[in-house]
Order: sequence, then C-alpha cells, then structure tokens
Amino acid sequence: MNHRAIGAIFNFEINRARRTIGQSIISPVLSTILYFIVFGAAIGGRIDAIEGVSYGAFIVPGLIMQTVLAQSISLASFAIYFPRFSGTIYELLSAPVSFAEVVTGYVGAAAVKALTIGLIILATSFFFVPIEILHPFWMLAFLFLTCITFCLLGFIIGIWADGFEQLQMIPLLVITPLSFLGGSFYSIKMLPEFWQNVSLLNPVVYLVSAFRWSFYGTADVAVGISLAVILAFLCISLAVIAWIFKTGYRLRN
Amino acid sequence: MTAAISVRNLSKTYATGFSALKDVNLDVRRGEIFALLGPNGAGKTTLISTICGIVRPTAGTVEVCGHDISKNYRAARSSIGLVPQELTTDAFETPWNTVAFSRGLFGKPANPAHIEDLLKRLSLWDKKDTQIRRLSGGMKRRVMIAKALSHEPTVVFLDEPSAGVDVALRTSMWEQIRELRATGVTIILTTHYLEEAEEIADRIGVIRKGELILTEDKTDLMKKLGKKELVIDLYEAMNSTPPSLAPYAPALHADGRQIVFTYDDRNGGIPQLLAALNASNIRYKDLSTRQSSLEDIFIHLVGQP
Repeated sequence: MNHRAIGAIFNFEINRARRTIGQSIISPVLSTILYFIVFGAAIGGRIDAIEGVSYGAFIVPGLIMQTVLAQSISLASFAIYFPRFSGTIYELLSAPVSFAEVVTGYVGAAAVKALTIGLIILATSFFFVPIEILHPFWMLAFLFLTCITFCLLGFIIGIWADGFEQLQMIPLLVITPLSFLGGSFYSIKMLPEFWQNVSLLNPVVYLVSAFRWSFYGTADVAVGISLAVILAFLCISLAVIAWIFKTGYRLRN
Repeated sequence: MTAAISVRNLSKTYATGFSALKDVNLDVRRGEIFALLGPNGAGKTTLISTICGIVRPTAGTVEVCGHDISKNYRAARSSIGLVPQELTTDAFETPWNTVAFSRGLFGKPANPAHIEDLLKRLSLWDKKDTQIRRLSGGMKRRVMIAKALSHEPTVVFLDEPSAGVDVALRTSMWEQIRELRATGVTIILTTHYLEEAEEIADRIGVIRKGELILTEDKTDLMKKLGKKELVIDLYEAMNSTPPSLAPYAPALHADGRQIVFTYDDRNGGIPQLLAALNASNIRYKDLSTRQSSLEDIFIHLVGQP
C-alpha cells in the first residue's frame, strides 16, 4: 500500500480547507447556528415540545445531520471534480496509487472536514438550546457513518459531473429536498399515515431518526432498521465506486 | 540491460471508433533523449498517456524499465515523471507545496533538501511560497517540470516542453534537459519545434496517423534522408547546362544565374563537382552549400509541417 500517497492527498485536502476556512468550515457552521437561534431560541419557545423534547433541542440532531450530509457531498464531490476540471487529475492517474488509495485520501479528508463541522455545530448548540446525549458512542458512530457514506456519494457525483452545473444538480435538486423532508424539523409520526409511508422512502429519514435517538432515545424508525439502511447505502456507494474504478468511467479513456 | 521503454504491438481505439495508435512497436534506450515527432492528432500524446497509465490500451504491452504497466503498475509508474502539454497546475497552491505533494503521491518520503535543490535549479526558489496563479507561463512550466522530477524518476516524458515559452527560456530548458540526461535519466519528448529535436535528441521517432513510421538515430536519419546542396553563382546566365555535367544532375535557378547540385559522399562531393565545372569552363563568382534540416525531412516523411 502506498500510504504516503494517501497521506499526501489527505494533507493536501486538509490544507485546502485551512486555506479556505471561511468557506469550508465557518460558513456551514454559521448557517446552522442561525437555525438554532431562529427556530430554537426565538420561535422554539412558542412551539410545543415533541415527544417530550423542547422544539429547540428536538431540531438539533436533524440540523446537524442535514448540514453534515450536505457538506459531505459538497466537499468530496468538489475535491475530485476540481482536479478533473483543472486537468491536474493526470498526476493522480499516472502515479503509483491504487484507486482504493485515491478514495481513501479524498474521502478520508472530506469526512474529517464534515465530521469537524458536525462536532463544531454540536458544541455550539449547547449555547442556545438544552441538549442531552443519551448514547454518545452511537451518536459519534452515526455521525461518522454518515460522513463516510455521503462523502462516498459525493465522490461519485464528482466523478460523474461534467460541469459545475451537474456538480450542483444532485445536491440542490435531490439532496436538499430530501433533507428538508427527512424529519429534521418534525417527527414523521406527526404526518398522515400515507405521508409517513412515503417518508420511509427517503433515506435521510433513517439518518435523522437514528441520530436523534442517540440524543433523546426517541426515534421515528427502529434504530436497527436505520443502521441497516445506512450500512446498505454505504455498501451501494462502495459498489458503485468499485465499478467506476474497474471501468475507469470518466477517468481513463 | 533492459530498455527504458519497451512498447509491443500497442493499439488504442477510442469508443468513437477512432484508432489513435496502430500496432506501435518502440524501444527507447536507457539514458537517451528520444524525440517523438508527428503532426497534430498523429497519436503522440496518446502514446505517452498510454505508457504513463492515463489511457488504457486496446491491445499490446508496455514495459517501463522492465516493469509491465498493467501487471506491475506501481514499479512502472514510480520510474516515470510526466510533464504534460497543458499548463495544468494547482493555481492556488505554492510551488513548494505542490512539488512536495507530487513526491508524496509517488510514495517517496519527504525530502526538503531535494525539493529545495530542484526549485533552485529551475530558478523557482524565490517563488517557492507564491501562489502558482501569480507566476508567469514559463515559471508554471518549470513548476510542472519540478513536480515531474520530485520523485527522482529514471524516465521523464516531456510533452511539448517548449510550447509557449520564449526563446531564452527554451534554450535554458534544453540545457536542463541535457543536464538531466547527464544524470542517467532517459528523456522522451514530443515537440512541434523541429529545431528542438535537431538540437537535443539522440534518436527520432516519427508518428503519423497512429503508426510509428520511423525510428532512427538522428545523425543517421539526417545523413540518410537529408540532402546536401551546392549552389554556384555564375558570372553569366546559361540557358542549359553542358552535357558534361549531366552525371551530376544539375538544376538551373535564378534565371540561369545559379546552378544547384544535390550531392552526397557517394558522388565524390564538392571537389569532384568543382572539377567538373572547371573542366566545362564555367566561370563562377561565388558558391555556398546548404543542408536540409530535420524539418525538411519531417515534411518529406509526413507530407506536412
């Protein structure tokens, strides 16, 4: 294994985040904090508690998950798309590195950045709303799994995209609606039965539900099912990446 | 000793059906400067990209320093440094960081002394912490050379190294290429500047429509396909050349005021031609010789500049 190559890619990406810290870290953290202030501290007091949890505290896991999910996709897709766009991909393709090492470097760095964003938001939320974490291990595990899984999805999008418009298309037209309808701001149990069933087709529901369970012990979907769905999504992403590498799709002619 | 590059029956057909390489066979010796010439779209970059692992071949094998590029890609690629044609750099990075990145990518441990030496040799040391986007085109080209040399490769590909650089920089680049060769590095370059190949290459390969139509030692090539001409300026114009000069196939030019002989060592060269002129009582006021350049040979071979 070319561990130095993995380290080089990883450090390169982390340095890029340091160089653009305002855009990479501060901006998503600030946007999410504004939600805490508006929906938690300002409006939240006028909204009834959900399943015994104050509204301000209820939305925290969903907001963290929503931001981490969006950032995972965005960071990983840009990381691999930009070398394709600028042409510097030639160096990766001609280097003595396996595709698995390339993915480990890029996805690892993007996941660390997304995880950092999630943890900063979590730490900040304590200042605005009362939070408790019943299952800290599972909270970190779900956060980590989400980062890895959606960074893999972002990597796939970055390989697939043939322009900046395509790069933004899936996050904006698919991921954003799914994450807003994924139960971040409400429990899907509050929906009519038909829409509850429709919501179960949305993978974000499982992420938010499991993550919220790790905080307050309540979930829209059984935790085991959520875990299985996340792992299945992870496996599908890995399989797609394996296929990309085997065929050289959009990478090697 | 195995060849630096050994290409056997290499073909590449793209999904569109276009055949970029057709059954190419090529050996590049260790330590030589090999220039690959060909018109646009002839397959030069495809050949280089295939050897470097960027393009997948349709058929055939390639070995780099004895390592198959498919079965033993790590060893093969570790030996190679590639300077692509396009100025593709990380615009927001610094030369130091991007060169250090390249070294790590090729699995080499960090070696600040080597990077410092490289940047100094390429006159980039004072720009080591400047963002690459702020550098001139020539400097960017040198950053790409530094990246290609960062992992101490034994085979270096330079795809159009002088494209877009001024004459002074081109000359200094030739000097750097020679210095590199002096350290035992094998260099394969493609170029549009035929004087570049003429100036620095040991051997020449000509590729046309995906086929390698010739590989030859540069000196032999110029001797074999190059022409030498003797141009005689006459005192008086002639309507035709005397029959006594017929064996030397003279040609009249400049309204009969010039006779041009094409000669080589086989027909006795200049002394014999001058003797024939004197024997025919032809008076001349000046003479000059000219030799065809690699460019003339290239145009003759591929039918276009």
